[in-house]
Order: sequence, then structure tokens, then C-alpha cells
Amino acid sequence: MTATTRAAFEEGVLPTITALLVALVAGDLLILSYGQSPAEVWRLMLSGTWGNAYGIAQVLYKATTLVFTGLSVAIGLRAGLFNVGAESQLAAGGFCAGALGLLLPAGITPWLAVPMCVSAAMIGGALVGFVPGVLRARFGAHEVIATIMLNFVVLAFLNWAISATGLAVPETLHTPVVASSAIPRLAAYIPMFHGSAANGTIVLALLVVVISAWLLFRSRFGYELRAVGLQPMAAESAGIRVPRVWITAMVIGGAIAGLGGTNFVLGYKNYFEDGFSGGAGFLGIAVALVGRNNPFGVLLAALFFATLSQGGLAIHALVPKQMVEVLEGIVILAVAVSVPEVRRVLRARPRTPVATAAVEA
Amino acid sequence: MSGGESGEVAVRMAGVLKCFGPVRANSDASLDVIRGEIHAVVGENGAGKSTLLRVLSGMYAPDGGRVEVFGRDVTGWSTADAIAAGVGMVHQHFMLVPTLTVAENVVLGREPMTGLTFDRSSAEQSLETLSRETGLACVPSRLVSELSVGEAQRVEILKTLYRGATLLILDEPTAVLSPPEVQELWRVLRTVREAGTTVILVTHKLDELMDVTDRITVMRHGRTVGGMRTRETTPAEIATAMVGRAVRLDASGMPVGSSGDDEGRGNDDDAVGATAGAPPDSMIVSSARDRITRSTPAAIISAPIPTYTDTPRLRIRSLTVAGPRSPRAVDDISLAIAPGEILGLAGVEGNGQTELVEAIAGLRAAISGTIVVDGTDVTRYSIGKRLALGITHIPEDRHARGLVLDYSIADNLVLGRQKQYSNSGSMNRARTLAFAVDRIRAFDIRPADPNAPARALSGGNQQKIVVAREMPADFRVLLAAQPTRGVDVGAIEFIHDQLRAARRAGKAILLVSAELHEILALSDRIAVMYRGKLVTEMPRAQASASVLGAWMTGARA
Repeated sequence: MTATTRAAFEEGVLPTITALLVALVAGDLLILSYGQSPAEVWRLMLSGTWGNAYGIAQVLYKATTLVFTGLSVAIGLRAGLFNVGAESQLAAGGFCAGALGLLLPAGITPWLAVPMCVSAAMIGGALVGFVPGVLRARFGAHEVIATIMLNFVVLAFLNWAISATGLAVPETLHTPVVASSAIPRLAAYIPMFHGSAANGTIVLALLVVVISAWLLFRSRFGYELRAVGLQPMAAESAGIRVPRVWITAMVIGGAIAGLGGTNFVLGYKNYFEDGFSGGAGFLGIAVALVGRNNPFGVLLAALFFATLSQGGLAIHALVPKQMVEVLEGIVILAVAVSVPEVRRVLRARPRTPVATAAVEA
Repeated sequence: MSGGESGEVAVRMAGVLKCFGPVRANSDASLDVIRGEIHAVVGENGAGKSTLLRVLSGMYAPDGGRVEVFGRDVTGWSTADAIAAGVGMVHQHFMLVPTLTVAENVVLGREPMTGLTFDRSSAEQSLETLSRETGLACVPSRLVSELSVGEAQRVEILKTLYRGATLLILDEPTAVLSPPEVQELWRVLRTVREAGTTVILVTHKLDELMDVTDRITVMRHGRTVGGMRTRETTPAEIATAMVGRAVRLDASGMPVGSSGDDEGRGNDDDAVGATAGAPPDSMIVSSARDRITRSTPAAIISAPIPTYTDTPRLRIRSLTVAGPRSPRAVDDISLAIAPGEILGLAGVEGNGQTELVEAIAGLRAAISGTIVVDGTDVTRYSIGKRLALGITHIPEDRHARGLVLDYSIADNLVLGRQKQYSNSGSMNRARTLAFAVDRIRAFDIRPADPNAPARALSGGNQQKIVVAREMPADFRVLLAAQPTRGVDVGAIEFIHDQLRAARRAGKAILLVSAELHEILALSDRIAVMYRGKLVTEMPRAQASASVLGAWMTGARA
């Protein structure tokens, strides 16, 4: 292993593995405290998720939304911004997709309606991301505060838009079903996925993973964005317009989170429902953290969290399904702690000029 | 009371080994210090000086070897043990609480108490007593935030002495001081030596240790390679021991460029150039004076006195810039730099040099005035546009502004020129790497691996990345701010050669340095900044450290 790949392993993969092991041990203890056999519970969790076609499809469906929100947070973090607003960006994207579907003529072909609604979702999320980006770039308002506050504003606005304007079906908090803009379910092509919500949005998610990876690590904009995230003053000295990069990163992150809204609205229910985001935006923070802000890492982390979430249903007979929420929390904490710690232990190399210079000698 | 080999031993370290993972910061390092002497530990950056002294002060436990203090085996002791035994370390970065007074800082951790409350008056009294005994003047009731850097350092020393230190360790104490403050520090150290305190000084500046020390220990690559009495050695001999090969020095201990890099100057350099073993006297007498009388008119393209009749490459008129602490950090400054000229800007740090450089680079907006480069008014240009026009900048803080530490050498080398190294929005890896390999070879950047992260490099090699990037063939004006700060002797030599070569190629260079030697060694003209104003400007011939020092501190105006 060369020094670089070793460093990449130590920084990128090892903290995550350590965190998962810690969570596994903690999970064992929790299960034992309920008087159950850990082996039995883990087996049930696996068979309920990756053990059958429906379980796999449900994991894929849940992971799809998390890929989008995780990427949204990861791109922000790469630019040095902590985007806590993926939740409202996701909701706004779903709303725009659903609302545009309602406005389109009933007989329109899906070949036109789907791309239009997908674009609407991107624009909706991008707008919600743009606001904190501009507040940060122009006025120095901290993006964490701005995005948290904007979550309340946007979610309340969407609730009002649904309930007070007559968009919703009476007695419910969702809009009428729009068939023309539906993204087909996977079950239409893979019959054994029957009954699952998994849908074609997953293809979009994989595409966005690849595009994000290219954008971050191969494109000139990504080179500038990462420089801004790592050392804004050095980027500024190199003539990179830091505020512009911040705004762009928030717009791109918002657009990607907004795309996540299509998974539910276009792919699953074919309508917008108030509160459909259900915390997937916030979980995106955990996905980005565990995925180490790498698009492919985000993909794996999204699958992991989706497995936990779906597995919680399977193990409910033995232990409360809230146990998986505790596990999620442990994984997040363990990753957060282990990132600098693992590195320190493994390298035992303080950041003194003495040590770094000796490397060269 | 200078130490002789006969005196009582204060410190004896032998065969010290200290590893950080696979890296050996110290191997077979030794140090012998006699009670009551001022002892310097010298070596290039990364030679292991700081590590050795951190082992001594208990911050690191050695992986091998033996440490004795005042005849007691203390190998592997803790900092608490060390403080209790009278070993006190004054760090490069002060550890003072700015919102507390001098007295409160000095007694911090050992506060005199009356019942449960802090007894301020008794703290101030004991500090005054200490101050009287040691001759270190201070005002106990002043806030630390109001002190100058030199005064803050004195408080650090007092704090150490208050805790009963009889062995003082100072890590690069002069890095942040102005020349008069350095002189004051030497007076302080001599005073504490008279009181019987032993002083160990880490430095990589040669002239300093000639001034004040009794004996010298030289380290290289983690080992102790020599020890000598200051009186019996020369800066050239020390430098040779530090670097492991002969280094050319001028009088003040700064390395000079390889010969012949300035026509008409080459002869001087040879006369001055004191290769190893030259007697110190001849070095000190020749240097500056000879250089000026014999070489200046022929060698330098620019006129020695600012005439403004030339066509300058850089011209600044009535520039005023706001800074973080002052609304007029740069106050109505005008200057011009001709092609092939180095203008040295001297001044105590914090007198507006940073803001001036940032304004020219485009990092800070000008309130009024104009900046013109080769006839183009760039006052309202963006940073990127200025870069494209050929205004480059070696920033004073390379860790914050000069480099993206987590980027590879290659990625750092194209920073700011990423457009040239990309095709339709996508970075061109092959072209970036090819360019990096070429620059790494040309600038001898080590390790010669374009994919190594900049963070893993020594200070000197990191700075070479910045210099390589900011001195492409086609630049016009270079703003070199502290270009050799924290850089080892070999790299200083190299960077100075680059600056001289750029001068020969007709570039205009604004050199800002806290090192007067550097200013004197490189500049054709020297200006002094004091409180935001350009208080004087003189040809190199009329400048000397004492003249500049007087202007820098506002003693002359």
C-alpha cells in the first residue's frame, strides 16, 4: 500500500468501519438488555431487508431519498458550508414537482411531464438553497442558522399552501393524484419487487452520484469548491471568488435535495403530501458524515441507513424498533468522534514542523 | 559569568531517541548545558531542536536515551515534574490571557488567595519584587492585550521565573520581535544569567547567537552534530555544520546567492562570501559597505533615488486602505518600482505592510488612490484579473493564504491558474502533473512526488511550492511578503537566488520582510513604513540596520 492510499484508507474508510463496529457492540448490549439473542435479532434484520425481494426494494426506495439529501449535505461540507436545510429543500422540491403536475394538462405524455416535474423539483430545492447561500455570501449570516430557520419557514409555508389554498384533497393534507407525471415503479420491470415503492428515481440517484463525483473531484469547479472549503483565504488569494462558490454550492446542494422529492412525489404516491420528507433531510447529514463527503461513500451510507430503517420494522417483534434509532445515533456519534481520533492513534504524529520535515529527510 | 566546561552541569542529554510513528525526529541527540550559561541549540527547520527541548521540558517522553537535569536522572518526566524542578519553557506562541492583567497572568495557576478570593494586591506586590530582583521591568496592572509583542514575551519570562525556574528554555524567541526588542531581550537574558539562571535558546538565526550565547549545540537531521564555544567559532562554521555543506554568508549571517547572479555583484559576493573557515572579522567589515561603493551604479537598472521619471512597472499614488484595527492602516502612500528593481519595505509588523500588500494583490479594497501596473490602472480589478495581468503574491501566512495544505503538491502548483490546466470545465490531470514534475525539478521540492499532500512537507519545501507558483516566466510584479519566514537556510538561499534572477529578468519586486538582513541583502531601494505611512525611502547605500531601526520605531520622523 502506498502512503497516499494508506492515508486515504485511514481517513476515509477506517473511521466508518470503527464506528460500525462500535455500533454493533452497542447494539449487542441493547439487545441483551431486552433479554433477546443478538444473533437472532441481527439475523432477523438481515432477512427482513436483504433477505427477500420486497425487503431489498424497500431498502432501495428509502436509500434513494437519502442519496439525494446526503449528497446535498456533502457538497455543502466540501465547500465549507454546513447545510442543515436539506429537509426543507427536499420538501420544496417535492412540492414543486407535485404542483407542476397539477398544472399540466391531463393528457400530457409522461415523456414531457416527468422531465418537467423533475426540473421543477430541482428548481424548488435550488431556490431554498440559494437563500442561505446569498445570506452567507453577501451578509455573512451563518448558514447553519439560516438553513435551520428556513426549514421552519418553508415547511410552514408548504403546510399553508396545501391546506389553505384548496390544493389538497378535502380532509387530507395531500394533493390529488397526478398520473401523467408518474415515474414507473421498478416492479413494472422486475416483478418480484411487487408491492414495493422502489421506482425509477433510483436511476436518477445513481446518475447524480456519478455526476457529483465528477463535479467534486474532476471538474475545475470542484477543484475550486474544495479549495474554498479547505482554505478559503488561500482560495481567495488564488483569485477564486469565494462568495460565488458558496452560493453555487448551496444552489447545487439545494437542487440535489430537491430532486430527492421526486422519489416520493413522482415515484411513489404521485401526489405531494405535507410532511412527506419525514426527517430524510436531517438524516442526510448523518449519511454525508458516515459517507465521508464522498459521493460513493454517500451511496453506501444511504444504503446502510436505509437498511437500519427498514430493518427496524423486521425486528419489531423482538425489540422495539426505536432501537435502530439509537443505533443510528451511535453510528453518527462514533463517526464524529473517530474521524480525528483514529487518525491520531494510528499516526501518533503531532503537527509539528519537526515531524513533518523529518518525513522529507 | 560565561560558562566554561569546568562549571556545574545543568543538563546532560545523551543518545536521545524520539519517534513519531515511522519518523525519527531525534536519534542519538545529545545536549550538555553548564549551569549559568546561555546556550543555543541551532539547526535548520526540522533538525529536531524543538523535539529535543520538548523532551527536556517533559512534553514528550523519549523512546530511548537518558536525560539528566542538575545531576538527577529525569528521563521521561512530566511537565509538572519539570516545572517543579525549575525547568520553564517559553513557547514561540505566547500562552497569555489577553483580557487579564500582567500580574494576573504571571500568578495564574498559583494565585495568592485571601480566603476564597484572589488577592490582587499581593499578586502585584510579589511581581514588583520579582521585577526588581531580576531587572525585568513591567507594569503589573496593565492588560496583556495592551502590550507589545516584546513586552508580552517579557511577561512570559517573568511568569516562568515566578514559578521558580532556574533553567529557562526559549523556543525561537526573536521570531516576532523588532530589532530594538531583540536587543532588549538579550539584555534581559544577560540579566537573568547574572542571577544564576541557565538559558537554552532555540534559533536558526546565526547572527543572534553570536551576540549573546556562550556555547552552541548544532543539530542536523535529528542528531547532534557538533558543539562549540561561541567565542571560538564563526557564523560560516556554524552554518556549515547546520547544513552539512558550505553556505555563503554575508556579514549578518544571511545566506547570499550563488556568485555571478548579478553582473558586477559577483565580485562582491566573492569578497564577502566567506565560505567556511573565513575569519569573522573580514566578513563583517566587507559586506554591505563594499557592495554599495563598488557595485551599485553599474549593476542596478533603477536609479538609486526615486525619481518617478522612469516608467515604473508598479506605481502607487496616494493609496489609503482600511485595516482590521485602523481605518487608515495604509495612509496616503505613494511609491514606484522600476523594472528590475527590488524595493524593500521595512517596518515592525503591524504598521500597515500587510494591508498595503493585500491592497495591491486585490484582497483588500482601496479607499482612495490608484495602483497602476505597466500603465494599466488595476485599482478596481478583481484578484483574478490582477493575477492574469501578472501581479503575483507570496503571502506572508503560507498556511492560511499560500497553500491548500490538504491538496497535493501538483494541485497547489496550479492554484490560481486552474483555468489553464483544465479543458471545458474538467481539470486536465496529465497536464497538471507534467507541469508539477517540471516545477518540482526546477525548484528541488522534496519529496519529488507531485501527489504528496503539501501538509507533509517541511516549511522550506512548502514555501518553495508557493514561490514556484508565484514566479512563473511571465509575471510582472511580485509582492513578496516574508518570503523566507520559518524557512531553513538552504531554502532561504534558493529563494533569494530566485528573487535576484527575477530582478535580472526585469521584474518589479516589492519585498516585505521582518528580517532587516533580508531587506539589506536584496533591496535596491528601501522604504520604511511606520503607523501606515511611508516615513522614509532611501537607496540601499544609505541604509543600515541601525538607520532603519530608528525609522521603524518612530525614533526618527
